[in-house]
Amino acid sequence: MDALRITGLSHHFGSTQALDDVSLTVPRGSFTALLGVNGAGKTTLFSLVTRLYSNVSGSIEVAGFDLRRQPAQAMARLGVVFQSRALDADLSVAQNLAYHAALHGIGRRAARARIAQVLAQVGLEERAGDRVSALSGGQQRRAEIARALIHSPDLLLLDEATVGLDVKSRAEVLALTRRLIASGGVSALWATHILDEIQGDDDLVILHKGRVLSSGKTAAIAGPSGLTQTFLSLTGAAA
Amino acid sequence: MTERRFPAAAWATAFRGIAWRETLRFVQQRGRFLAALVRPLVWLFIFAAGFRAVLGLSITPPYQTYVLYEVYVTPGLVAMIQLFNGMQSSLSMVYDRETGAMRTLLVSPFPRWFLLGSKLMAGVIVSIIQAYAFLAIAWFWDIRPPAWGYVAVLPALVLSGLMLGALGLFLSSAIRQLENFAGVMNFVIFPMFFASSALYPLWRMQESSPLLHDICAANPFTYAVELIRFALYLEMNWPAFGVVAGCLAVFFGAAVFMYDPAKGLWARRKERG
Repeated sequence: MDALRITGLSHHFGSTQALDDVSLTVPRGSFTALLGVNGAGKTTLFSLVTRLYSNVSGSIEVAGFDLRRQPAQAMARLGVVFQSRALDADLSVAQNLAYHAALHGIGRRAARARIAQVLAQVGLEERAGDRVSALSGGQQRRAEIARALIHSPDLLLLDEATVGLDVKSRAEVLALTRRLIASGGVSALWATHILDEIQGDDDLVILHKGRVLSSGKTAAIAGPSGLTQTFLSLTGAAA
Repeated sequence: MTERRFPAAAWATAFRGIAWRETLRFVQQRGRFLAALVRPLVWLFIFAAGFRAVLGLSITPPYQTYVLYEVYVTPGLVAMIQLFNGMQSSLSMVYDRETGAMRTLLVSPFPRWFLLGSKLMAGVIVSIIQAYAFLAIAWFWDIRPPAWGYVAVLPALVLSGLMLGALGLFLSSAIRQLENFAGVMNFVIFPMFFASSALYPLWRMQESSPLLHDICAANPFTYAVELIRFALYLEMNWPAFGVVAGCLAVFFGAAVFMYDPAKGLWARRKERG
């Protein structure tokens, strides 16, 4: 069973078609990159998968649960790192995580244990009591990932998670996500416009102007000309 | 599995988490607590003291005797605390939306009506703490309703707080940016407060302007004030209860509609990426 299966998804804002018959899958245990320039429809897609918008056409299944018919089950299996900061800067890291655990119905005792566990996973166990505002950009991103992991989701959605980070922090956040997948139990849909973040054995979906131009293993899509050339050629042709 | 399959403890945990966060934010913002207290106290100590000399009040229910203007105005000031708190919650929702914190709430697996209702209730708890702090200070100013009135007023505070909070919640869905909040002050808070029975009895309004009287009589805030006033003096005002409960249902229903992903606010929002 796939961690995420989207079939025939379309969405529009007034007369603007934001997504047009999008179908994609995130295989279980995979790092799937969703590559597209700004305005490609990545955030709209994420907003539909996270039920910030409602999908009226097509279907979205998270770990086999239909988002429209079984929203509670589907959402319980989803961890999200949004493009913009979603942590409360005035609260400590642990308080933010406790709040998020409560939003998933995790009791206090279980939450305490889980907070310690996820903070260790992201390397922030020493900063549990610090206010989020005192963390660096990279650490805040790692705290966001810890928040997204608190309820042990099957699928992590990361919407341009490295935006605004320096090179070192960017590499750390990316490496952390790959480590989490390698350690098992979680899959990731990584939305990005940065080609360097994608490796040859990653699953790849290229989204442009709301349509999927190509999907499959990165190496196969890139071919001998390389990912940059292929991406430019695909999106140029679709321009 | 449907939303009903969550165990009761999970619902309670989610509510507790939302209430805990609101309380924590409130405790951390000491200035907000002080401002919430100072505002009605200024009205009580200065405005009411000045008006006491010029405004005569006849015996009107629930009062059994002539009362000082300070006594008359106190329930209105309690309601004012809740009105400001409801709008403060609205401001906090807009802020949360701008910073992205709102998304954390809305991607919870619990249904949206429950999440919004919990946030609403959490705000009411905060407003009740403020209202009782004000009533305690007013006691030293010789405004002393019956002792059981402090207990009897609690359900009235919950209901009126929910109604005003639900109004704030609904408004927060319509406010696009924090900068627009000044408009809420000018077009919602001030008209609601001044065009009500908080500061003057409705019969006084009738004497000066029948139109103004009708506006006050159509203002839901008037009924929140009267519900609190009667409860504080151990009486039940059923019409006020009915209006407040009805407005709560309408405002909360409208807020849930506006925050529904398929309708209202979120369906209209467009983001880049």
